[in-house]
Amino acid sequence: MERKLVVSSSPHLKSPDDIQSIMVDVLVALFPVALMAVFLFGYRALITMIIAMVVAMATEAIILRKGNFFGDGSAAVTGLLLAMTLPPAPPWWVVAIGSVVAIAIGKQIYGGLGNNIFNPALVGRAVLVVSWGGHIAGNVWLKPVPFGFTADMVTQASPLAAYNASLGDLFLGTVPGSLGETSALALIIGAIWLFYRGHIDWRIPGGFIGVVFILGLISGGFSMGLYHILAGGVLLGALFMATDMVTSPVTATGKIIFGVGCGVVTMVIRLFGSLPEGVTFGILLMNGLTPLIDNLTLPKKFGEVKKSNA
Amino acid sequence: MSTLAQEFSKGIFKENPIFRLLLGMCPTLAVSITAINGFGMGVAALFVLLGSNLVIAALRNFIPSKVRIPAYILIIATFVTIVDMVLNAFTPDLHKALGIFIPLIVVNCIILGRAEAFARKNSVARSVIDALGMGVGFTLSLTILGIIRELFGKGSIFGVGVMGSAFEPMGILATAPGAFITLGIMLGFVNFMFKRLGIE
Repeated sequence: MERKLVVSSSPHLKSPDDIQSIMVDVLVALFPVALMAVFLFGYRALITMIIAMVVAMATEAIILRKGNFFGDGSAAVTGLLLAMTLPPAPPWWVVAIGSVVAIAIGKQIYGGLGNNIFNPALVGRAVLVVSWGGHIAGNVWLKPVPFGFTADMVTQASPLAAYNASLGDLFLGTVPGSLGETSALALIIGAIWLFYRGHIDWRIPGGFIGVVFILGLISGGFSMGLYHILAGGVLLGALFMATDMVTSPVTATGKIIFGVGCGVVTMVIRLFGSLPEGVTFGILLMNGLTPLIDNLTLPKKFGEVKKSNA
Repeated sequence: MSTLAQEFSKGIFKENPIFRLLLGMCPTLAVSITAINGFGMGVAALFVLLGSNLVIAALRNFIPSKVRIPAYILIIATFVTIVDMVLNAFTPDLHKALGIFIPLIVVNCIILGRAEAFARKNSVARSVIDALGMGVGFTLSLTILGIIRELFGKGSIFGVGVMGSAFEPMGILATAPGAFITLGIMLGFVNFMFKRLGIE
């Protein structure tokens, strides 16, 4: 008798996405951002990004003892994201140590991709900031020279420390800053691709950017609200870091809470803290709260009756 | 009954207070910034442990069990006071560096733990051996943590610069998060080695 009925366990609906395809999509989304970084900061940006990605992939390959260098692509994404948060030309060993820390301590120690509590790239950055603040956040911001691939560059105060850039420059990215955070335009183009592919949800960036805008508005009017969104790492953090699937909540309400929390911590650090930028620690802090948020916002099962406490 | 040699070595390996029992975490995380601090803290705790185990084991049949904890604390506090004064007199720098963590040896889990779990039920000789093993294990572990954190966090070992002038110290290891990261990695490493060697 021919078997017509196939009985199998769930899941019955399969998506064509796998980890590698998602990671490749993220790399594609980061491409305009990376291009913009090279366009603005020249060969230095390219070197920083290459070191970060190669070291991250090598670390992952060594820890997993896998011959496949690219693997599932997550190490490449982590490396590139880490490079995006760094100034254009830190010493090579700072970039390399950041990548090793991001992969080894940020991810593999927890059991690899999917088990990490904190965003690996941000763990790498946080360790670098605390250890070698002078190379990461001191007097390191190069004034960009568009098309100047090998041009000499001078350092300048970052727009978050000086509050002197015009909104138009901030949008295009022709301001000093970390590789991936200067150009709002490139970040938005990249994020549109991720939205289109369905890899990120509007709630986290929405909550994050919304709160930053509102608190900026309160602190200094409409233009200050926009300034706080466009300057520094808010867009990069909100669109590419906070939306990391592993380290953000899965429930819809949870995502909003998560985004709002990131925004509040970021703005509190920016306005009242001793550091000019708070995106890193805002996201890391909310990463730590993610399991709690998920637990608190569990949706009610259909037909479930809430037990009364009386 | 285990032999005296086993009683001694268990404190260093199988029941290492830091890496196996995770006792005394507070001083461990706080003072392991440099090798000398870790070593000094370890020796101070070793001396207190030795004294308290000796006295408690000797008095174990005379202390009423209902008030044994206050009695132990009194005995421990006596030795801690001695250590505090000796360190202050002979090594004022170390005394300053260890600060509040010397008086806090009174409530160190390892010392109260050994009193409660061992000295209370065992002879004086065994208790002294136990204290020596545990104290040496604690000192060794603290010194190892201190060496790692000092080497990468300050570029020196026991205050002697070894990394050369081009080395830029990894500042995070000298801070509290660095203490947690170093301890966590060491715990993982020790567990891994124990599994490898088949000791469990």
